[in-house]
Amino acid sequence: MATSGTTLPNAGPVTGSRSFLSRLRDGDEIARLITMVFAATVVLITLLLVYELWTNSALARAKFGLHFFVTQVWDPVIDQYGALPFMYGTLVTSAVALFIAVPLGIGAAIFLAELAPPRISDTLQFFIDLLAAVPSVIYGLLGVFIVVPLMRTVIFPGLNKPLGFLPFFKGPSYGVGFLTAGIVLAIMVIPYIISVSREVLLSVPRDQREAALALGSTRWESTWNVVVPFAKTGILGSIFLALARALGETMAVTMVIGNVPTISASLFSPGDSIASVIANQFTEATGDLYLQSLVALGLVLFLMTFILNGLARLLIVVTTQRGSGVPT
Amino acid sequence: MQASSKPGLSVNIVTNTGSVIHGEAAALAMRMTISKVNFYYGSKQILFDINLGIADKRVTALIGPSGCGKSTLLRALNRMHETVHTSRLEGEIHLDGQNILAQDVTTLRRRVGMVFQRPNPFPKSIFDNVAYGLRINGIKGSTSEMVEKSLRRAALWEEVKDHLHKSAYELSGGQQQRLCIARALAVEPEVLLLDEPCSALDPISTAKIEELLVELKNLTTIAIVTHNMQQAARVSDFTAFVLTGQMIEFSATPQLFTTPSDPRTEAYITGRFG
Repeated sequence: MATSGTTLPNAGPVTGSRSFLSRLRDGDEIARLITMVFAATVVLITLLLVYELWTNSALARAKFGLHFFVTQVWDPVIDQYGALPFMYGTLVTSAVALFIAVPLGIGAAIFLAELAPPRISDTLQFFIDLLAAVPSVIYGLLGVFIVVPLMRTVIFPGLNKPLGFLPFFKGPSYGVGFLTAGIVLAIMVIPYIISVSREVLLSVPRDQREAALALGSTRWESTWNVVVPFAKTGILGSIFLALARALGETMAVTMVIGNVPTISASLFSPGDSIASVIANQFTEATGDLYLQSLVALGLVLFLMTFILNGLARLLIVVTTQRGSGVPT
Repeated sequence: MQASSKPGLSVNIVTNTGSVIHGEAAALAMRMTISKVNFYYGSKQILFDINLGIADKRVTALIGPSGCGKSTLLRALNRMHETVHTSRLEGEIHLDGQNILAQDVTTLRRRVGMVFQRPNPFPKSIFDNVAYGLRINGIKGSTSEMVEKSLRRAALWEEVKDHLHKSAYELSGGQQQRLCIARALAVEPEVLLLDEPCSALDPISTAKIEELLVELKNLTTIAIVTHNMQQAARVSDFTAFVLTGQMIEFSATPQLFTTPSDPRTEAYITGRFG
């Protein structure tokens, strides 16, 4: 109403009338080009990665074909290679890690974001960020010196005695194995889940909490029924970030998984994972087929990550549609 | 509540200028009374010695310039201020003669509902939004009947009855706000607080909500914060004018807008500041 007297000159078509050169001079075009190149690098690197993995695994792909995925043998002596035990190890250790880390991480994030006084929350967040930055070899050492002995003396007897009738908890235990690797991975990915989930929970608009409280919700009801569902997409995101980390983790897993390509239902059995076998055997791989089979394993890991990521996105799309959506 | 109503009202009568509430008002029962309320955020005092009565089955408007403390006062009525750690309230607020500060806060908030400045539906379906309060309060009876009743009361039923299971976010802003009113009405609050409910809405949606408020006062007691004076004049029976945390004047709406007793009220309603 106040502006009705003043007219804005040429409000509309300004952008269209400016030439490429004048925009270049103003720096807009330069900024656009430079940032676009940076963004394009990401795509380029991904393509390059796939290309390298693809060409360097040509021999293995030609020899084993799709059988590579279902072969259990990994024997350099007879030059027979199959990916199955490693795929199994990667998936099982990641699953164990998420099974432990998701409830712990989300619980901690809820405490930090919703219930803890801000000072405590910020202090704890500092330690969590610190944990996220610890090199994985340190976690490997933690695994070797603490989790492995603990596995032999406490965890294995504790689980094997009451639950030994289940195939997952059959003995014997050597200390190293799927469960040990899963626990170490869980410790490693918890900080990611907490950090991201806490951020997401904190960004839930205040008026959502207040709407729930004003209806007579307790604090916990407002958190669990309103705030957490509102943050659901972001929390799922934190889980997928953790999963990606767990799938690809190399060093810490190598140190505690046992490095034996086995498929066993027992979580106490030693095993191996894709990332760890590549790291272990790459330098000693003699013979082209051996080397190329390792590269093919890399391709498989890439593919698995790709597929799981795709499923994750699908899950987010499906749940947000059914859950009536989060505001965009 | 009758017993407590008279002293509550008489407290208001002596407000600053000693203006007297006449006729109809004097005979009214007060649903809520606010006595000698001082309010602080940390060391900063927001409200100074506020006295006010919220008349039963009437609309009471709180007006005043931005930052005068009117929203803070409203939020104290269902203890929403407690979500801020540094807040502190002195004085007494009574609901039906009982001190709300001594009550269980969730019970209080079920009895004193609230609608906020910006529409804030949950990211759920229209139905689930309205049913939420019923579910958490464990209210017995047919949920779908209660949801329909609440949506009808909020004058939204006809517009949404065929897609109750669509997301609340697919509604327009005005519809969302009426949904929030329906959500608040579903638990049948005795008092409904509205904190500038139309400030984010277009004029047509605003008109709808104002119309709705006038109808709702047969059902419930309403307190509304607004910085739109015309709105206060249109919908309310009583108006309180708050300035820098102090209750300047509280009287029947026609009186406050036609013959204000305080020069500051007159200056504000004639648009000389604020």
